[in-house]
Amino acid sequence: MVAFDEMTGSGQELRPAYDALDRWLKEAPPETLALRRSQAELFFRRIGITFAVYGDEESTERLIPFDIIPRVLTKPEWTRLEAGLRQRVTALNMFLADVYGAKECLKAGIIPPDLVYRNACYQLEMVDFQVPHGVYCHIAGIDVVRVDADTFYVLEDNARTPSGVSYMMENREVMLRLFPELFATHRVAPVDNYPDQLLATLRSVAPRSAPSDPTICLLTPGQYNSAFYEHSFLADKLGVELVEGSDLLVRDDVVYMRTTQGPKRVDVIYRRIDDDFIDPLVFRSDSVLGVPGIIGAYKAGNVTLANAVGTGVADDKAVYSYMPEIVKFFTGEEPILKNVPTWRCREPQDNAYVLDNLEKLVVKEVNGSGGYGMLVGPHADKAQIESFRRKLKASPEGFIAQPTLALSTCPTFVASGVAPRHVDLRPYVLSGANGISCVPGGLTRVALKEGSLVVNSSQGGGTKDTWVLDA
Amino acid sequence: MRIRISHTIGYDYAEPARHITQILRLTPRDHDGQHVMSWRIEPSIDGRLRAGQDAHGNIVHSFYADGPISALAIRVEGLVETIDLAGAVRGGPERVPCEVYRRDTLLTAPDDALRAFAEEAAAGAGTPLSRMHALMAATAGRMSCRDASGRSGVGAAAAFAAGEAIAQDIAHVFMACARHLGQPARYVSGYVAPSGGLAAGGGAHAWAEVHLDGYGWIGFDSANGLCPVDTHVRVAAGLDYADAAPIRGARQGGGSEHLSVLVAAREAGGRQPAQ
Amino acid sequence: MLSRTADSLYWVSRYVERAEYLARILDATSRLTNLPSDYGGAGTEWQSAVSTAGCEDEFAAAYGEANERNVCEFLTFHPDNPSSIRNCLAQARSNARAVRTALTSEMWDALNGAWLELQRFEKKRMDREEFARFLDWVKNVSLVFDGSAYRTMLRDDGYWFSRLGVYIERADNTARILDVKYHVLLPANEQVGGSLDYFQWTTVLREVSALTAYHWVYREAVKPILIADLLILNRRMPRSLAACYESISRFLDALGDAYGRQGPAQRHARKTLATLNNTRIESIFQHGLHEFIEDFIIDNSGLSNTIFEQYLQ
Repeated sequence: MVAFDEMTGSGQELRPAYDALDRWLKEAPPETLALRRSQAELFFRRIGITFAVYGDEESTERLIPFDIIPRVLTKPEWTRLEAGLRQRVTALNMFLADVYGAKECLKAGIIPPDLVYRNACYQLEMVDFQVPHGVYCHIAGIDVVRVDADTFYVLEDNARTPSGVSYMMENREVMLRLFPELFATHRVAPVDNYPDQLLATLRSVAPRSAPSDPTICLLTPGQYNSAFYEHSFLADKLGVELVEGSDLLVRDDVVYMRTTQGPKRVDVIYRRIDDDFIDPLVFRSDSVLGVPGIIGAYKAGNVTLANAVGTGVADDKAVYSYMPEIVKFFTGEEPILKNVPTWRCREPQDNAYVLDNLEKLVVKEVNGSGGYGMLVGPHADKAQIESFRRKLKASPEGFIAQPTLALSTCPTFVASGVAPRHVDLRPYVLSGANGISCVPGGLTRVALKEGSLVVNSSQGGGTKDTWVLDA
Repeated sequence: MRIRISHTIGYDYAEPARHITQILRLTPRDHDGQHVMSWRIEPSIDGRLRAGQDAHGNIVHSFYADGPISALAIRVEGLVETIDLAGAVRGGPERVPCEVYRRDTLLTAPDDALRAFAEEAAAGAGTPLSRMHALMAATAGRMSCRDASGRSGVGAAAAFAAGEAIAQDIAHVFMACARHLGQPARYVSGYVAPSGGLAAGGGAHAWAEVHLDGYGWIGFDSANGLCPVDTHVRVAAGLDYADAAPIRGARQGGGSEHLSVLVAAREAGGRQPAQ
Repeated sequence: MLSRTADSLYWVSRYVERAEYLARILDATSRLTNLPSDYGGAGTEWQSAVSTAGCEDEFAAAYGEANERNVCEFLTFHPDNPSSIRNCLAQARSNARAVRTALTSEMWDALNGAWLELQRFEKKRMDREEFARFLDWVKNVSLVFDGSAYRTMLRDDGYWFSRLGVYIERADNTARILDVKYHVLLPANEQVGGSLDYFQWTTVLREVSALTAYHWVYREAVKPILIADLLILNRRMPRSLAACYESISRFLDALGDAYGRQGPAQRHARKTLATLNNTRIESIFQHGLHEFIEDFIIDNSGLSNTIFEQYLQ
């Protein structure tokens, strides 16, 4: 399987977007690249941009490897991608409003009702509740992969609390510092207005009863969360307080922050805590991260949660396989972005095919995330395949399968020099009361191991700066 | 039957609590098999009590009180008239599609032993209704019911492995099996009045309801091995105990807490008007 | 500002200050024990260092004998000592990390850099020379952190809470040194005279880096009553209880002004400051140095609780 390379296409000819970058790579001595890379690492270490790996007792704070060679997209490529993202996120929001409201798509048979009703992420508390301004998924991260010059697939929708946007911004920051000359020769669309757009989005969805200058805060599970750096980074850029559950209190269905000058009312909460942990009175009672009574305040219309509670039903991997139909049903348009062809193991014929072809397929657990609970057939050994075969037979409804895609590659600076490595892309899409916005590009993740298709940072993936050329 | 209920849940705190928030699911609703003649909830301290409904249609009170609070008692008094409908529950608030009640939850997730038990219990029974009766009989035979005072639930799988459990977990065992067999099942908390045929009774109780095509929701009380009759007062329903718990609370400060429960449900004598 | 943010800023400063204090105790004790035995004390210097650090129970649980090796290990890197230098710096950094954005980048760099560097020291086997370098490094971390706070923080509530942490901790530390060493300062001992006590006294001064200051202030030979005067009442001496309370009261007033509300913390600090200003050292000795110090330690920790209740919870 030969992958499409974003610099050289399928053959040896250079794609125009990479013209100047290619020249620069040829001219720059390897020592310079190595020096710049260590400077970049120093920068990241100094600012403390780290993440935690679950189950890794030894070093709880690690740096995600950063590759100094940017990934380049042309304006026309981005324009089409963006149109597809807007369409997809519009449909996600309409889908959520529908499954918690009129349930038209279930009545119309677009998606089997039990996929929604039996899904633990379908929050009963949200049924028939009007979310402020009708927006459910304020911040979405749509994982996109590319297989040839014209084809992008959506690999996964992240509609709960997508992370990584701080890397998008810090990657650009370090590139601007280390390679000012490259920015002089490329017209790269900026990403540093993301916090402004996010703030505008959050302000726009404040409850109608809130003052015109609403109080916003960012709710984090705390400094031991893997994305804590990002939470603190965003709170700082947004100019809002970074709060933990214990910093908030609820009195008579109103949420307040504990401040040195007494309780201060909060109107909008950008929460980076999962549904299950956000209110011990409603969800898991053993949660110490959450705020008792916050769901009561939410349902009384006194505070907006972003994202809304219950968005997880839209990014479930089993629901994912129905997204093309969902997009068409709600927007009346053909989907601009394709789905990866998906076998639903809950359907007996599909499961039979999957069981016969495990060594060729990627099998994913519908509730798994971050590359855990996943089988990459071509890279798995016999024991792994057999263990998945048992799981699939025991509970087929817990899995989906997809073909092993030839993810596109980008030139990457590795130990042996500059070599192609597989990449994906996570653009961030914001939905507010006044519509959708999306900064050009997003976070490119790269599988640093040769031939590897797993880009997750917890599994040896790195990141790159993503350039959308403005010309 | 007229059943008079008196239920007091008391908390003593090691040090004064600064604030208490509680969600109370302690108020029954009418359905074809029961009529609530009178009902009162009285917290022992000043606070704000607000009524609402949850996703399942249960009546929910939110209670907020500011400290310092060294002790709190929630006292419930009521009179309910019940009719024996052989376990059928009709005319209640049905807010969510019954498919929802096929979900596994933390407390009702089955393990291999439970799955095998469910399949074995139901083998040989012809209709879904007879399968559920067979499952209830098997559960009643397998699980012995312990008094709930001073104990808390452990969930279906652990309770099944232990072979004895409080009523709450016997309901979970039954629900885990019923869901495994493809039936929507829900948890019900309520009261039972003592009666000659009941092994467990005379106070707070828990059982399950199963949705059967053609019949609707039907109660199964595996702890007693029978379908609820006019001795049972139904208060709240949910996906499991946590979802329908009589009280869920949070507090600031207070240190350790000591819980005491006094509950009585008994047949009210004569036909005197409720007061 | 969020109460938790203020609380963390307060504790970051306290922990950094405490780490420096531990380094000073170890440094001064090493000097004292290195003297030929004719000049040294009763051989209980290391036990006294543990008492001064305020962790006798934890030490007794971890070790039997208070010798140089055990005490140094316990006060620097021992995991079971919540107040070891290592744990103080770890707590400082952890508190700082939780409120990253409330710190200036210089303050964060100082703590984060110290934390990375500390792990290098921890892995090394240190000889005496290396150990001395380590203690100097700890003092330096505190200087850099304190300096960056002073030079880079906005003068608002965040700064004031951070400073309150410094001075509450510093007052506690100075008082603890006096509490452990009060017996060498009592007049009874003065009569014994001789070189033995001289080195005990100068150790007390070294622990608060005031040996030179002493001579500038009093222009006399080292005398116990003047040492006590310097450490308790002399407002020119930055580690004295009076100087600490002057700062504490000033920063609490700044908070009161900014928030438009005075409270129990302000009143408490003013009362303590007034006591320190209106007392003469002779009368302290008359009524009992030990009792005075004990009362002060309780009063100081009472103020910390009052600040917590008024602002930080």
